[in-house]
Amino acid sequence: MTTSTSRPAATARAKVARGQRVRSRERWAHVPLVLTVLLMVFPFYWTVVMATSTTKEFYSYPPTLTPGTHLVENVREVLASIDFFGSMLNTVVVAVSVTALVLFFDSLAAFAFAKFDFPGKRFLFGLLLFFFLLPAQLSAVPQFITMIHLGWLGSLKALIVPSAANAFGIFWMRQYITGAVPDELLDAATIDGCGFFRQYLSVCVPIIRPGLGFLGIYTFVGAWNDYVWPLIVLVDPDHITLQVALSQLNNAHSTDYAVVMAGSLLAIIPLLVVFLLFARQFIADAVAGAVRG
Amino acid sequence: MTSTAPARSFRRARPVPGAAARRGAVRRAWPQYAAVSPFYVLFAVFGLFPVAFSAWLAFHRWDGLSPVTYAGTEQFRFLADDATFRLAVVNTLVIWVMSTVPMLLMSLGLAALLSSVKRFRTFYEIVLFLPSVTSIVAIALFFKAIFNNQYGVLNAALTTVGLPAVQWLNGFWTIKIVIATLMTWQWVGYNAIIYYAGMQAIPNDVYEAARIDGAGAFRIFWSITVPMLRPVILFTVVVSTVTGLQSFTEPQVLFASNAATNPNSGGPGQAGLTMVLYFYQQAFTNNNFGYGAAVAYGVFAVVAVFSLVNWRLVARRDR
Repeated sequence: MTTSTSRPAATARAKVARGQRVRSRERWAHVPLVLTVLLMVFPFYWTVVMATSTTKEFYSYPPTLTPGTHLVENVREVLASIDFFGSMLNTVVVAVSVTALVLFFDSLAAFAFAKFDFPGKRFLFGLLLFFFLLPAQLSAVPQFITMIHLGWLGSLKALIVPSAANAFGIFWMRQYITGAVPDELLDAATIDGCGFFRQYLSVCVPIIRPGLGFLGIYTFVGAWNDYVWPLIVLVDPDHITLQVALSQLNNAHSTDYAVVMAGSLLAIIPLLVVFLLFARQFIADAVAGAVRG
Repeated sequence: MTSTAPARSFRRARPVPGAAARRGAVRRAWPQYAAVSPFYVLFAVFGLFPVAFSAWLAFHRWDGLSPVTYAGTEQFRFLADDATFRLAVVNTLVIWVMSTVPMLLMSLGLAALLSSVKRFRTFYEIVLFLPSVTSIVAIALFFKAIFNNQYGVLNAALTTVGLPAVQWLNGFWTIKIVIATLMTWQWVGYNAIIYYAGMQAIPNDVYEAARIDGAGAFRIFWSITVPMLRPVILFTVVVSTVTGLQSFTEPQVLFASNAATNPNSGGPGQAGLTMVLYFYQQAFTNNNFGYGAAVAYGVFAVVAVFSLVNWRLVARRDR
């Protein structure tokens, strides 16, 4: 902080005093915030403690409060009881395919909704909002039956295809494209003879890259963490996703917490890394949608 | 929403009189229809058709193998008298109130704290946001370990300070407290960050005027910040209602090991049996597809009623 020398000393002193008061008030605000941070972080820390100890160690009283040395054994036990890497591979395949399809289909549809007029547009968009509000379990049983008839039960297709486009993404992308893509550019492209798809690829996509980044992470996180639908349709216990495998591990080792927690730790690490890499921008975009919405 | 610029007109279909011209407009717009069609095709197959089929199923009996038989309104009459479903509704509502009300109040407080600090703000935001992107299965397992009846770290802490240990995962109320705590932990930071962003949008001169009128910090918060945040609060209340009333994974993972011995699950005394968990048990554990569909409509009705009530409660004060 710099105070200009030309100002009277009294004002400067008052300013410093006010600054100190503000700063001390700010210091007090850090106390509950730091407490909250500790509460938020504690379950993660405790998972690390348990994943690195033996179950006996924290069954004793007082329990150990620091990480132990048994991580390797616990991880080995996890790998022996569930097909961890197989289920992680399945999860990666599902999350990557769903994300790629959603980004393409949602942004393409959103581009049409945001920048073009066509007969029936308002009706179609209204239908989209209606679908937004329908709860998932209303369609769960018939969807399950549909999967039986398609022969997709137990296959990853049952997770990927129904999620390939969604109402939220189209809605969010439409808002984003309306503001981000200038009409003049599209008009110029039309004069140059570019059709709809050419305009989408050459004008729209390069501009909306940051928006695609947010929708991509959002979709990836959702697909990675999805539990209920995979639990219903992945009927073959050898062919499941990570979340279902985790729940299986819990059923098989319900008393051996160290192993269950080692599995949980392994399952959340990849996503934590992805989140922490993009956290700043991701939070800003997630909030913008809610506040504007 | 952006303003509608007059210059964009020639890409827009002009108001066209006559059926022939209208058909021309439809034909010219084929790329746009192609662009939006993937969603609507998927929507028809995996959204609209299932909802209609579900309505049909609710009037029938079917286990997925034997022939379908017509049941009339029997499923719905059974649902109206089903004590277990009623218990599930009560459980869900209790857990929802226990989690949503304290959570949103805490989120407001955290948001006020966040806007009063300058240093470490990004750090706080990232930590607060973290639980909302973490797998709910993993979180349920964390909490299951922390609240363990015999060996949980929470009971160890209680014993250390001389308090009796609590059978957290055994009692009617304690089970609900555990589930509500879990939900609060997962979403309190997310809502706080949304409130914080909403607070940034409140113009500064409103605060200045209040301060000149001699309002204190607390008064300013309740008389200016909260009322001006109403649209954002409405958003969080609606989202919390829709997601909170459809909780499933928390009790399903917490009490998973009981599922084999207790077909209705939800923990001791079924104190953690939520509506969607009951639906799942009926439809996919008991393969009672017809009754499952009826339960799904029951869940839908409860969620719809409470969303509407909430909407009116929060929105009414606008007038």
